[in-house]
Amino acid sequence: MKAFTYQRARSIDEAVEAASTHPGSKFIAGGTNLLDLMKLQIETPSHLIDVNHLGLDRIEPSADGGLKIGALVRNTDLAADRRVRSDYRVLSRALLAGASGQLRNKATTAGNLLQRTRCPYFYDTNLPCNKRRSGSGCAAIGGYSRNLAIMGVSDACIATHPSDMAIALRALDAVVEVAGPGGAARRIPIAEFHRLPGDTPDIETDLGAGEIITGVVLPKPIGGRHIYRKVRDRTSYAFASVSVAAIFAGDGSRRFAFGGLAHKPWRVEAAEGEGTADRIAEAVLAGARTTEDNDYKRPLTQRTLKAVFGEAEVQA
Amino acid sequence: MTVAMTDAAASPEVRNQSRQQLPVKLTVNGQRYDLHLDPRVTLLDALREHLQLTGSKKGCDHGQCGACTVIVEGRRINSCLTLAVMHDGEEIVTIEGLGSPENLHPMQAAFVKHDGYQCGYCTPGQICSAVAMLDELKSGIPSHASTDLSNPSFSEAEVKERMSGNLCRCGAYSNIMDAIAEVAKGEGLPA
Repeated sequence: MKAFTYQRARSIDEAVEAASTHPGSKFIAGGTNLLDLMKLQIETPSHLIDVNHLGLDRIEPSADGGLKIGALVRNTDLAADRRVRSDYRVLSRALLAGASGQLRNKATTAGNLLQRTRCPYFYDTNLPCNKRRSGSGCAAIGGYSRNLAIMGVSDACIATHPSDMAIALRALDAVVEVAGPGGAARRIPIAEFHRLPGDTPDIETDLGAGEIITGVVLPKPIGGRHIYRKVRDRTSYAFASVSVAAIFAGDGSRRFAFGGLAHKPWRVEAAEGEGTADRIAEAVLAGARTTEDNDYKRPLTQRTLKAVFGEAEVQA
Repeated sequence: MTVAMTDAAASPEVRNQSRQQLPVKLTVNGQRYDLHLDPRVTLLDALREHLQLTGSKKGCDHGQCGACTVIVEGRRINSCLTLAVMHDGEEIVTIEGLGSPENLHPMQAAFVKHDGYQCGYCTPGQICSAVAMLDELKSGIPSHASTDLSNPSFSEAEVKERMSGNLCRCGAYSNIMDAIAEVAKGEGLPA
């Protein structure tokens, strides 16, 4: 690891202030992704601001009947929360489908949203990567791309976002709460939180300089049947080839968000009213740009969605 | 506590010379240690290189293999993926603290009985992980293998899923499974 200085922040204001006075600083919470990347010198912060003691580790009812999840709530605790297990089951299921027990004990809600791609070329510092070094090129395009994106890709990047949790949050229409310099606070719908790669794949989220995630708000429960189905190379502890977060709501409406397909959770609301799984999949995959390696994700998406419909019938 | 800061981050030259040393108090296996550490020192390196507790192993050093698993504040984590300074004031249990050669922890005894290893390199991590894993199951924390999210129970599928963060390249998995099942039975975990 490159040398850095370390500070333990005691308040959100102190953390935000420290970020603005230390250019090149990073917030650290669970550290399970950041330290991995620092050891590889993919991330080289000059200063770490430890935000583990900001008191953002609670899950509380929100004013409108939903749930406010503190940024520092660990993945294990969020998945096990009684309210999440009963009213937002798709979120519990998605969290439990990701990482390992040890990692979920440390990884936080905010950190999960901010984790970086597992594209092998992002990790290989000997090869070009526009996400790692802007303008250097993309070794994944024309390279080994079996696990990479097919939706919303650009000529600069075909990386996927690796989170399972974010896929469920997208289906739940969660909102990310953010604090910034000067006491500024704002709310970012999860749909707008992550960006598509475009020409600037190094810019992954809507967060501005010095901004910190303080929590994630889930809207009032909509009930219904919740399913998270993940297809991966191993039964456990592997990233998704394709995943589907599905909610078959009590009023007959349906929501489907997809993982493993894009640089962000992929959801096409306009397709959700289609009659069959095949027609929904067709609409969701419109405009897909695949490679020889990852073209399998199109039929896999369609079949996974079909399996989700089957599971929903069993639950009914 | 706000750790006293230098302004070492100000310029690259200063940064390269920076050797910030921070006070870190750790309670490891019931014993209190006062350390001064470079912030880059991981919890694993603090245990192994500074406290000479070499039971916790460095396998991949990237959180993929689980050989470094220790129990911090009652929870199993990968000690390679966390900084020692982040654990100031916390309690840590390593394989050395679970039992001793004369007085093995039931999980250690079960690993011996069922031959839950070959080379033994992953074993400290497997055992720390398994002990904390059974506590997670007892406190009702669900897993991907739980058919009923609200009421997970002991099963082979549950153990395999919950132990997936601990790799064994010798492939002693079936014996590890037997060892854990025996301890779970002894603790009265309902199947």
